[in-house]
Amino acid sequence: MHHLDRKMGAFEDISLTLNAGQFLLLKGRNGAGKSTLLRTLYRSYLAGSGQILFHSSHGVIDLARAADVDVTLLRQTEIGFVTQFLTARPRVSAEALVAEPLRRAGRPFAEAIEEARHWLETFGVKPDLWAAYPTTFSGGEQQKVNLARALILPQRLLLLDEPTASLDVNARAALVKRLADLKSGGTAMIGVFHHPGDVADLIDTEIDLTPDNQAQEDREDVAV
Amino acid sequence: MTVTLDAPQLVKTRPLLVARNVSKSYGSVQALIEVSATVYPGEVLGIVGESGSGKSTFLRCLNLEEIPDTGSYTLDLTDVEGNLFDLDRYARRMLCATRIGIVYQNPHVGLLMKHSSSGNVAERLLVAGERRFAVLREKARDALDASEFPLDRMDAPPIELSGGMQQRVQLAKAIALEPALLLLDEPTTGLDVSVQALVLDTLKRLQQERRITMVIVSHDLGVIRTLADRVMVMRRGQVVEAGLADQIFQDPQHAYTQQLVHAKL
Repeated sequence: MHHLDRKMGAFEDISLTLNAGQFLLLKGRNGAGKSTLLRTLYRSYLAGSGQILFHSSHGVIDLARAADVDVTLLRQTEIGFVTQFLTARPRVSAEALVAEPLRRAGRPFAEAIEEARHWLETFGVKPDLWAAYPTTFSGGEQQKVNLARALILPQRLLLLDEPTASLDVNARAALVKRLADLKSGGTAMIGVFHHPGDVADLIDTEIDLTPDNQAQEDREDVAV
Repeated sequence: MTVTLDAPQLVKTRPLLVARNVSKSYGSVQALIEVSATVYPGEVLGIVGESGSGKSTFLRCLNLEEIPDTGSYTLDLTDVEGNLFDLDRYARRMLCATRIGIVYQNPHVGLLMKHSSSGNVAERLLVAGERRFAVLREKARDALDASEFPLDRMDAPPIELSGGMQQRVQLAKAIALEPALLLLDEPTTGLDVSVQALVLDTLKRLQQERRITMVIVSHDLGVIRTLADRVMVMRRGQVVEAGLADQIFQDPQHAYTQQLVHAKL
C-alpha cells in the first residue's frame, strides 16, 4: 500500500489441493484472508508468490502467472465467482443479465432467455420482475438475480464468497440444491460461508486460515 | 513488486492489434514514451489516466491521424501488412475509412454539423466506394438504428440534435462499415448521467452482439469498469500498469493507480 508506505501481508504459504467435484470450506476469523484467497484464485488479486495450478480443459495452467487473455477465457467457461453483490447495469433487464453468460458461450438468444427465466424462477424472483431493471430491486432480490446469473452455466471451478448472506429461506434452499447438483456434475468448489451449516452436507474438506491455526493440507493427488 | 505474467497459452488466436514502443514528442514535450499495447479480437481495452497522460494521443496514433516519431503498429487483417505508420497518406485514409471506426469526445470533430445525420453516416460508405443511393440510405439507416438513433430524425443535421444523439450519429458512422477496430475517445464525457447510461448500454450491446474489438479512452473509471476487459493505466506518456479490469480496480500495483482508483467517489 503506497499511501501508507508499507506492505501488509494478507496470508502466507497457503497450500491446498482440490479434486473435481470436491467442496472446500475456508474458515478463519475476520481479516484472516478468506476472501483475499478467493480473489487471488480468481486473479482479481495478484499473488505475491506461489503457484495456482488449474487443470483446465485446455491443459494445466498457473493462474498466478497466466496471461490476462487466458484468465478471461477461463472465466467465461471454466471458473466462476459468486459474491453477495450483483453488478447491475442501467437499462439491462434481470433476464438479459442472467442470460449473458449463455450468450457469451454462444447460445441462441431465445434459448438463453428461456433458461434465464427458469433460474430466476428457481431462485424465487417473481415473473413480474423478469423484464424489469435489477438496479431498482431490493438487496435480496438483486442477490437472487446474481445467483441465477453466476450459476446458470456449469463451471469446473466455482469460488463462493458468502453467497447465502441476505437470502431468504427458500432461495437458500434453492442455492444449496443447485450447488449440490453442480457438485455431483463434477464442479469443484471453494467457499467462504458465515453459516457453514447451510452447506454442511456438501463440505468435503476444510482449511482454517487464522494464523497459528493453519492446518496445512498436502496431498499428492491431482489438482482440479 | 512487479509481477511478470506468462505469454498466452490457452488463447491461440493472434492479436488483432499490436502496437510496439510508440513514442511521440511535440517539441520538448514527450507525449508518448515507448507505449505498447496488444488487443485480441473481440476484446475491449480501456485506457485511463489524467489529462495530459497521452491517452488520447495514443488513440489518435491508432487511428493513424497522428504519426509517431518511432514505433510500429500492425492490424491482423487479410489485406493489410506491415507497419501501418509507414503507409502513405492515401492508404492510411482508406484503411481508416474502411477498417477503423472512431467516436470523438467532441462531435464537431467527427461530424459535419450542418449536413444531415444520415448523410454523415453515408459519407463513410461513399469514401469506401459505394455509389448507389438506395444502398447508401439503407445502410446509413441500419447503422443509425443499431446505435439506437431515433430514425424519424435521421435527416436532421447534428447541430439541431442533443449531445447524446450526436454521439449516436458518430457511433453509427463508426460502425457503418463494420470496422475491425472501434476507437472511442471519452465517448460519454460531457453527457448527463441518464444519457451516459444510454450510450454505455448501446456500446455494451454492440460489443456483445457484434464482438467488435474496441479501445476506449476515458478518465471516467465507471465507464471503463463497465466496458473494458483489460485496462492500461497511463501517466506522463508512459504505461505504468496494465491488467484485467477487476484486478486494476481491486488490486492496483502502481502507486499512481492506487491513488487514481481510490480517488473515485
